[in-house]
Amino acid sequence: MLGSNTFRHGVHPPETKHLTEKLPVRRMPFPEEIVLPLRQHAGKPATLLVKVGDRVERGDKIAEADGFVSVPIHASAAGTVKDIRLCPHPDGSMAESVVIAVDRFSPQVPRPRIVPNWAGLGPKQVVEEVQKGGVVGLGGAAFPTHVKLLPPDDFPVHTLIINGAECEPYLTTDHRTMVEYPERVQFGIRIMMKALGVERAVIGIEKNKPDAIARLTETLPEDLDVSVLPLTVKYPQGAEKMLIKVVTGREVPSGKLPMHVGVVVQNVGSIACIGEIFETGYPLIERVVTVTGPGVRRPSNLLVPVGTRLRDVLEFCDGLTEDAVQIVFGGPMMGAAQPDLDTPLIKGTTGVVVLTNKEARSVERYPCIHCGRCLESCPVFLNPSLLGTLAETGRYEEMEASNLMDCMLCGCCSYVCPSHIPLSQMFALGKNMLRKRQAVA
Amino acid sequence: MTEWNVGRGLDAGTDIDSLTEIRLRIAASPHLRTAHSTPRIMWNVVGSLVPILAVAIYYFGPSALLVIAAATFGSVLTERLFGKKRSTADGSAVITGLLLGLILPPGFPLWMAFLGGMFGVGFGKLIFGGLGQNVFNPALLGRAFLQAAFPLAITTWPVQPDSWWSLRGDNFALPLMSPSAPDVVTGATPLGLMKFEGLSTSTLDLMIGSTGGSIGETAGLLILVCGGYLALRKYLDWRIPLSIFLTVFVFSGGLWLLGPDRFPNPVFMLFSGGLMLGAMYMATDMVTSPVTAAGSWVFGIGVGLLVVLIRVWGGLPEGVMYAILFMNALVPFINRATQPRVFGQTRRKPKGAEA
Repeated sequence: MLGSNTFRHGVHPPETKHLTEKLPVRRMPFPEEIVLPLRQHAGKPATLLVKVGDRVERGDKIAEADGFVSVPIHASAAGTVKDIRLCPHPDGSMAESVVIAVDRFSPQVPRPRIVPNWAGLGPKQVVEEVQKGGVVGLGGAAFPTHVKLLPPDDFPVHTLIINGAECEPYLTTDHRTMVEYPERVQFGIRIMMKALGVERAVIGIEKNKPDAIARLTETLPEDLDVSVLPLTVKYPQGAEKMLIKVVTGREVPSGKLPMHVGVVVQNVGSIACIGEIFETGYPLIERVVTVTGPGVRRPSNLLVPVGTRLRDVLEFCDGLTEDAVQIVFGGPMMGAAQPDLDTPLIKGTTGVVVLTNKEARSVERYPCIHCGRCLESCPVFLNPSLLGTLAETGRYEEMEASNLMDCMLCGCCSYVCPSHIPLSQMFALGKNMLRKRQAVA
Repeated sequence: MTEWNVGRGLDAGTDIDSLTEIRLRIAASPHLRTAHSTPRIMWNVVGSLVPILAVAIYYFGPSALLVIAAATFGSVLTERLFGKKRSTADGSAVITGLLLGLILPPGFPLWMAFLGGMFGVGFGKLIFGGLGQNVFNPALLGRAFLQAAFPLAITTWPVQPDSWWSLRGDNFALPLMSPSAPDVVTGATPLGLMKFEGLSTSTLDLMIGSTGGSIGETAGLLILVCGGYLALRKYLDWRIPLSIFLTVFVFSGGLWLLGPDRFPNPVFMLFSGGLMLGAMYMATDMVTSPVTAAGSWVFGIGVGLLVVLIRVWGGLPEGVMYAILFMNALVPFINRATQPRVFGQTRRKPKGAEA
């Protein structure tokens, strides 16, 4: 580490977190309808358990995990299954979803359930409970959390890293979670450490969240080796590989997983969610979402039922300003622009950022002038300039030889490019094309 | 703190239809960008050249202005006629013209300067496909063409005239006519004096620019300041000029220590001829220099070595132009050889293809 808590390269976009960083998380009222896609996580979509007309209570399982790399889906509000149809999905596709007409007169109290006694459970059972709770990575990637809790025996894990970096501009989801629920986070860490059998846990937080650093430092358990590591504010500090590099000083080998260097990384929101499972027994049915950006009238940190439509969330935040032009799910660096106000917020939706013409300006594209800025920003040391040239002519195999598969699509190269070449978009396409070709071959 | 009122959203009468009327823009991430743009870089370079132009005109009078204008007119016109639509707006042709003007002698016939500008942009850039595609620095290629075509005119240096207003040579020679140059040949550049007569020039004169030479190459200190501004604003890669200066200083310094009477001293080497302008403005041309950080060092060291080699042992007094053009040709190979090690990989992958 040598005194510098950061990685090489990266960029410094304006943080713009002041809009919501001081606002407490408020619960949003239940909307009239909830839309729950069966595919809300990486891995296999869940399999349907309900049919149209069924009455469901809040927290009831409506879809079952299909295999190990999958999680169940739970009703986030009591009501009646109104329809099962294709609905717009945040990834841009239409996905099979359960539409629930919310019961206006329900007290929305989940059925009483048995809270698992974590102290008496073995690692396998903890993993089972986490899967049953439908927990996925709440940092955006939505990878089923329990899968990371069962590393194979040939890769002993020694450190649990809790990712509270939240390096995306605008978002304050993890920030508020850490400030408001530090005990729950610490409880989640305790359970995870037991499940993984690790001795050490490190909570990485960017230095622009001093209150979160203070709250978690105050609540550190005395009987466990857990520490808080303040990190330099730089994008993409919260990328798994960058965070591991800072905490352990080791680079995850190309094409390998964090467990290959003895590390498991979990988002701080997922940790809090696990804490809640073992506190109340409730599955993942709501999450903290930052609704922010200059294009939204009342920026807020909200506790939103999973499956709430974008339209309802925006309406609760007093709607959009006149000059709003773009709505992004997730942060502005890696998030996806949404074309449809009926798209639901799902488990992996960290935030809703509404941008105006000023930020999301459409820009003229110029030829690459080989200025080298992309090379100086790339956190995995690729040559985006060269990759971009290859992408323009569809030379995907050559891109692969130039290490395209190491690209994590963080967007730093596009962010700095003075010629406004959509580099990371081209790389996402290139990676997809290569995967397809490999699948065919 | 925001006032919290759960019902406010609906009471305030947010018109949901106005939400749907908004045309939501779809784009790929990232949705934020720096304010940088290629034209902004180019025009900043142009802006940083203004003081150098002003001093050039101060030293060389109306001739300097005319030559620079002719070269710039030639290159911008060519870009306008044969370049892509609206490509003159990106400012790169203006840079080529200005730089070409600055590396010509003040008494240079205007039609030749114009031709040089046309050649630089036409054959130095557009023929490769326009901005970003060229191998060689267009301004230097224009000058190399002029040196090959008009060897006499380009090595004709003026003596200081009596009045600032008088021309420094036969600027208005008719096209395809030899310029009349009876007296002016006697003036000489510091490098010429050094090479052919073994005379040195005072360091102070070199730094402030009150010597003979090409229009914009003489004021070494000023060029250093203007280039330094660009480096601070990150509009040029500081590694390239620094490595050139260090290499020239160390190499020529070593020679000077071996034989102080036979070789020029290193400070003279740094501030004479086109080294300052070349290192700051032409070697750093982004299009024709390496993209990797390590490559920039290799490139700069290469230019520095070649400059000293040509100046000391070559047939010409000046070597900056050929040194940079030669290293330009090597840039693709330098890029390939200096690919950074990818995160999480243990060795460099030399097999990767290079454009």
